[in-house]
Amino acid sequence: MRIGILAVQGAFIEHEKQLVSIADHFNEQIECIEIRKKSDLENLDGIILPGGESTVQGKLLRDLEIFDTLQAMILQGVPTLATCAGLILLAQSLENDSTMHLATLPVTVQRNAYGRQLGSFSVSSNVGEIENFPLIFIRAPYITEVSADTKILVAVDQHIVGVEYKNQIGLAFHPEMTDDTRIHKYFLQKVKAYNSATV
Amino acid sequence: MNQTQYELNKGLAQMLKGGVIMDVTTPEQAKIAEAAGACAVMALERIPADIRAAGGVSRMSDPKMIKGIQEAVSIPVMAKCRIGHFVEAQILEAIEIDYIDESEVLSPADDIYHIDKTEFKVPFVCGARDLGEALRRINEGASMIRTKGEPGTGDVVQAVRHMRKMNSEIRKITAMSKDELYEEAKQLQVPFNLIQFVHENGKLPVVNFAAGGVATPADAALMMQLGAEGVFVGSGIFKSGDPAKRAAAIVQAVTNYKDANLIAKLSEDLGEAMVGINPSEIKIIMEERGK
Repeated sequence: MRIGILAVQGAFIEHEKQLVSIADHFNEQIECIEIRKKSDLENLDGIILPGGESTVQGKLLRDLEIFDTLQAMILQGVPTLATCAGLILLAQSLENDSTMHLATLPVTVQRNAYGRQLGSFSVSSNVGEIENFPLIFIRAPYITEVSADTKILVAVDQHIVGVEYKNQIGLAFHPEMTDDTRIHKYFLQKVKAYNSATV
Repeated sequence: MNQTQYELNKGLAQMLKGGVIMDVTTPEQAKIAEAAGACAVMALERIPADIRAAGGVSRMSDPKMIKGIQEAVSIPVMAKCRIGHFVEAQILEAIEIDYIDESEVLSPADDIYHIDKTEFKVPFVCGARDLGEALRRINEGASMIRTKGEPGTGDVVQAVRHMRKMNSEIRKITAMSKDELYEEAKQLQVPFNLIQFVHENGKLPVVNFAAGGVATPADAALMMQLGAEGVFVGSGIFKSGDPAKRAAAIVQAVTNYKDANLIAKLSEDLGEAMVGINPSEIKIIMEERGK
């Protein structure tokens, strides 16, 4: 399967490393494509939107003419895993901010919700069915509102920090910065299921 | 700083990768930089070219000015303190800066010791000209490294030299046998465990950006192709004819640093680049500060 990782800015290599490290568990080959221009979006089975700065990524999506095709693919149902800045790109609206990016995920997100770098932290929690996952928050957002059909995967101190809606997984934290590959495995299972359903 | 905090601080640098960090002196400039796609801004009273022109002692910026920039943008805000001036660093931590640059651009406050950065919760980036300097700063607690280059010159030659030197030293250590590493640690005056990390991973244990003298999209792409993980642009943007356009072009060039067709297009009609000065014409060599 071909997984496209948005590589316009941010921590995209970390996601690639996670996928490479779990490639053995899958019978099919996993190919990572770095998305830097529109043509990189061809024939992708899954999409990862990594951490970084959402203002930069959102701007480059438009400047490099990736935006429309990427948005259409996510709406079509191509499985998408988004972390931190990626979650902000997917959100349908942002608190106190009229900016909108892909707007495919029916949630409202508060940017820099924990303040500046001194507010960054890590804890451990269950994420959906996955138990005791290390959650790393770096100048992280959290989710303030979700639509009725959005599944909440994890909340920390009453703030929602992980959701799943159709084929989109949106996380405020960074599973790619841990040695724990369970969330990426879960995502690849989704990609696999999507592939066998559409072929 | 405990280990978790250090990991979080290294993590923020990872999030900045593939991005451009721009020097700004006012909230207006900070907004221009953010709109152009800067992944962070460096708040300072005078950009390096003006520090050079003004001469005299240059110090940490007015906290009020830095706060103004923090309020103007949503991206991370960095600020510089003098080498060894741990009280300036304490002040920057108190106003919740996102990253402190212990910088050779300002006049050093201590000609022997750098700040013990492990005593702080806030992350530090430090300049380095070679692998020894980089690993010594990391040992002191830096969670991000940048080349020194020669700030405020608009001349990329020193940044290129520093990046090439660091990478060639890394390659050399990667190829060494294990028993040679002890001597290498001694030569570079760095702890063995850091040399061992470089030997095993073929890279620094923290993110490494390029800085000093970057003035054009081509300069930025050059540094990326030489192995930088992102770029600082100081005087190059706001000393040029059309800062917003140049800044946006440099941001795109860093993302698509191997795409010559795109960089060619980005390089068109940027207006005047900063004039720049040659190394032989400058009186103060900033890269010599802090070893």
